[in-house]
Amino acid sequence: MKLTKTLLGALAASTALAGAAAAQTEMKLWYHGAGNDVESGLLNTVIEEFNSAQSDYSVVVESFPQQSYNESVVASALAGNLPCILDVDGPVMPNWAWAGYLQPLPISQEAIEGHLDSTIGRYDDEIYSVGLWDAAVALYARQSTLDELGLRTPTLEEPWSKDELMAALDAAKASGNYDYALDLGTAWTGEWYPYAFSPFMQSFGGDIVDRSTYASADGVINSDEAIEFGEWWQSLFEEGYAPGTSQDPADRDVGFIEGKYAFSWNGNWAAAATLDAGVDDVVFLPAPDFGTGPKIGAGSWQFGVSSACETPEGAAAFVEHALQDKYMAAFSDGIGLIPGTKEAAQMTVKYADGGPLAVFFDLSEKQALVRPVTPGYVVAAKVFEKALADIANGADVADTLDAAADEIEKDIESNQGYGH
Amino acid sequence: MSSKLTRSNKAGWLFAMPGFSLLFLFIIVPFFFAFYLSLTNQRLVSPNEAQFVGLENYRNLLSVAVVTLEPETDDAGQIVRDEDGEIEYPRVRTITRSDEFPQYRGMGEWFRWHWGDTAKVVIASDVLFMKALVNTLTFALFIVPLQGGGALLLALLINQKLRGINVFRTVYFMPVVISIVVISLLWRFIYSGNDGLLNNILEVLTLGAFTPIDWLGRTDTALGSIIAMSAWQGMGFHMVIWLAGLQAISPTLYEAAAIEGASKWQTFRYVTWPGLRNTAVLVLIVITMQSFAVFAQVDVMTNGGPLDSTQTLVFQTVERGYGKQDISGGATISVILFLMVLTISAVQGFLTRERK
Amino acid sequence: MASVTSDNRGLRLATRYAVLVLVGFVFLFPLVFMVVSSLKPDQQLLADTSSIRAFLPVGDISLDNYVKAFERAPIGRFMMNSVFVTVVTVGASILLCSLAAFSFVFLEWKGRNILLTVIVATLIIPFETIAVPLLLFVSKLPWIGLDGLEIGWLNTYRVQIIPWMVDALTIFLFVQFFKDLPRELIEAARVEGASWLLIYRKIVMPLSGPVIATAAILKSLTMYNNQYLWPLIVVQDEAHRPVMVGLGYFFQLQIAWGEVMAYLTLISVPVIAFYLVLQRAFISSIASTGVKG
Repeated sequence: MKLTKTLLGALAASTALAGAAAAQTEMKLWYHGAGNDVESGLLNTVIEEFNSAQSDYSVVVESFPQQSYNESVVASALAGNLPCILDVDGPVMPNWAWAGYLQPLPISQEAIEGHLDSTIGRYDDEIYSVGLWDAAVALYARQSTLDELGLRTPTLEEPWSKDELMAALDAAKASGNYDYALDLGTAWTGEWYPYAFSPFMQSFGGDIVDRSTYASADGVINSDEAIEFGEWWQSLFEEGYAPGTSQDPADRDVGFIEGKYAFSWNGNWAAAATLDAGVDDVVFLPAPDFGTGPKIGAGSWQFGVSSACETPEGAAAFVEHALQDKYMAAFSDGIGLIPGTKEAAQMTVKYADGGPLAVFFDLSEKQALVRPVTPGYVVAAKVFEKALADIANGADVADTLDAAADEIEKDIESNQGYGH
Repeated sequence: MSSKLTRSNKAGWLFAMPGFSLLFLFIIVPFFFAFYLSLTNQRLVSPNEAQFVGLENYRNLLSVAVVTLEPETDDAGQIVRDEDGEIEYPRVRTITRSDEFPQYRGMGEWFRWHWGDTAKVVIASDVLFMKALVNTLTFALFIVPLQGGGALLLALLINQKLRGINVFRTVYFMPVVISIVVISLLWRFIYSGNDGLLNNILEVLTLGAFTPIDWLGRTDTALGSIIAMSAWQGMGFHMVIWLAGLQAISPTLYEAAAIEGASKWQTFRYVTWPGLRNTAVLVLIVITMQSFAVFAQVDVMTNGGPLDSTQTLVFQTVERGYGKQDISGGATISVILFLMVLTISAVQGFLTRERK
Repeated sequence: MASVTSDNRGLRLATRYAVLVLVGFVFLFPLVFMVVSSLKPDQQLLADTSSIRAFLPVGDISLDNYVKAFERAPIGRFMMNSVFVTVVTVGASILLCSLAAFSFVFLEWKGRNILLTVIVATLIIPFETIAVPLLLFVSKLPWIGLDGLEIGWLNTYRVQIIPWMVDALTIFLFVQFFKDLPRELIEAARVEGASWLLIYRKIVMPLSGPVIATAAILKSLTMYNNQYLWPLIVVQDEAHRPVMVGLGYFFQLQIAWGEVMAYLTLISVPVIAFYLVLQRAFISSIASTGVKG
């Protein structure tokens, strides 16, 4: 009984704190960074400074674990319980905007002047979300590996061709120094697949859906180019260049660092950890060109205003406040993301000209292609993920991509064209 | 059985009502709502109004047909063969996407067999559902004897009067204490293909003769690996239930058996097992039902792969309802699952009924 | 049978223990792996998984992971939430389910067979399939609390407790156990004019130690270990989150496995302790009653 009392007392005390600062209109903000101390700390600074810089609004944050953030938001929307400001993953934004979870963000044009295009979430000719940063993917390698194997270092101007990439993988495989030549991160299920691998397909000349209409996938995800991509993708696993879908998650995290893999296809967020682990000569190579130019995914977490928000101008004011270079630089230094502007990049340690990760900023600027901007992306991405996993496991390429096309089209149909 | 002493409508309802009304409110009502959803085209996330679609969701899941493919022939009328001498057939998609066969539209190949030169192809409107159905049944079929029998052996082992037996009882129960999500994460390390723990142990035991297997990465071992792990994890749970049953058997019966000079097996056969009747029914039904709900293991360990070899019904419910935002499709699977398990339990109930 | 020499008996005892210990290893190893790993830095932890070292606290051993885990998430809060929700639910569950089972087994009334069949049928419904309807439902439910009438149960403890108070498995456990109790005892009490409530309280429940312990153990496991999807969708504020949702805090892009193991070890402690305590109650109740079968 005593325990219950103390427990209830503690609960009451913690809710009492929320009552302060009544003069300001409270705006709730949901964020995906629970469990990340650094990120939470940075966000809290942004919020505290916003709250004390003006007297109209007061932002209160609630953080969620990233892996279940989208589910939490969808559940709240269903229950009619959305906060004012929502953090949203770039490719998911159109789905939420279409469903009416978000309203257009009334942000001024000058606030986003000079920002990386991929940090601005546009849908249906409106801006719905803006982010402080982007993420990029690169081919991790050690300079020593390139030297040993006698490989040309690819550059943004002159990336590897498909043949050069395959020659590099062959050389790495033949050397016998590695468990696998290439680590693609197949252990990471979910959004990683479309984010990291659909650009390969796009570089081949295929895509997930037809971007001119967003109404069909047949002849795109199963086009000849897409099938060619599929054959290549399958060969990576069949011929033992890369570990398959059963890759140990821990190997994904540390395999490259431990020297199990010669190359690793990984995001900029892992760069700091790789450098810290003592891989001093790591180089971040641009995506290969498979025919129609090198491509990588784009679009990371951004801020938007929910439809339940009664003070969208207040939310926009907060987003504009957050978009300051100093905050972008701070986030970048803290959690390794690519700052949204050149100016902010110069203020960082790692992304400033000559910094160890500056290359990612260029990658983002030169190679980035956002994922299909359609509410149907959420489902298409799942279909794409499963198709790639199946092909990696030996399924017939043409059949699998055909089935994927059918499924995506069925979904578009049952959503009455997703409003396009 | 009936007796005036125990007949009481008022007391009966009064005792049962608090529990039943909560169950009604929080499980039965939502389930009826899920059933209603299965008759609509409701989406999880959408601005569109849902419409009543009748049994269309059920048709979309359950339709199956057989089509016959004639071999491809060249201009001379000869059957075309590929390099390996296998007969080449037209692609199934020439039928399922053709306007000539509107009834097969959108269906896909489930499996095929050959009949002379022709190929018989079983096409289903939802191949994934069919595969999930087969896998779920396989899972249930193997795990019931494995887990239930294993648990009984553990319970018998632990039901001895030995010093320190409590320690062992606790130890055997340990896997149950840990969440299945966590267990699945740990076992991903154990099952890992190149230098996983299991492969290493087997290599040591066979003095190196064993070649490492990528347990979760092969279509022929993935489901078996998940079954083994699941049986292992839940054994302690059912051990406790068996134990409660064993403990309830009167010691005097054992004393009587000992006086009669019954062997160990005879004691088990004529004293223990009859005393465990109700427990056995409980264990059987609970494992069966739990096995049809298999989800977390698949979600964490294989995501349904490789090549759908570990797809299960509940995994598909979740994947569709939440992942693909097709909440009515997900609800339809759960209704089918419900009806299926209800039938199975009714059969089990009939087979294990008390014969009077 | 040959006469039993002391040597022989010793040998048989040794074999028995050997079997017990061997089986013990089979069930203990992931737990050992978990606890041992929680003491190691990530690099070493992962490198060790391929050998026997995975089970040995060797190398660079420290409590660093625990320190870091506490910094990452309000673990105390999560555990308090889970324990609170679990204890209340288990208590209510034992009471309500045993009452219902009592009525089903010992009383005869119209509709009981149908009701029992319906209850058992709900065993089949996987929670995943009713989560969304239930969410819509509880978000509209009224509640009369200290602040008067409010609508919606989101972000509360009650939403994590009340829908889980009654479940078919617990009722079923009690039903199967009650069936084995001697009916004559109850009938005799009725003859002497005892009320049903008195029979429930003074005769049936005191004999039900084993099943109460079993039900409490199993229910507490479900409540403490498997509450993930539900709290995820009905609880948005950190203050009410339970331990399994808290696990998400540790799955960042680069998973800190050592911290994960530390967190798992920590949150397992209450369940194991609870099991140990109940196990004693459960055994002593057997010893004292000696119920017939």
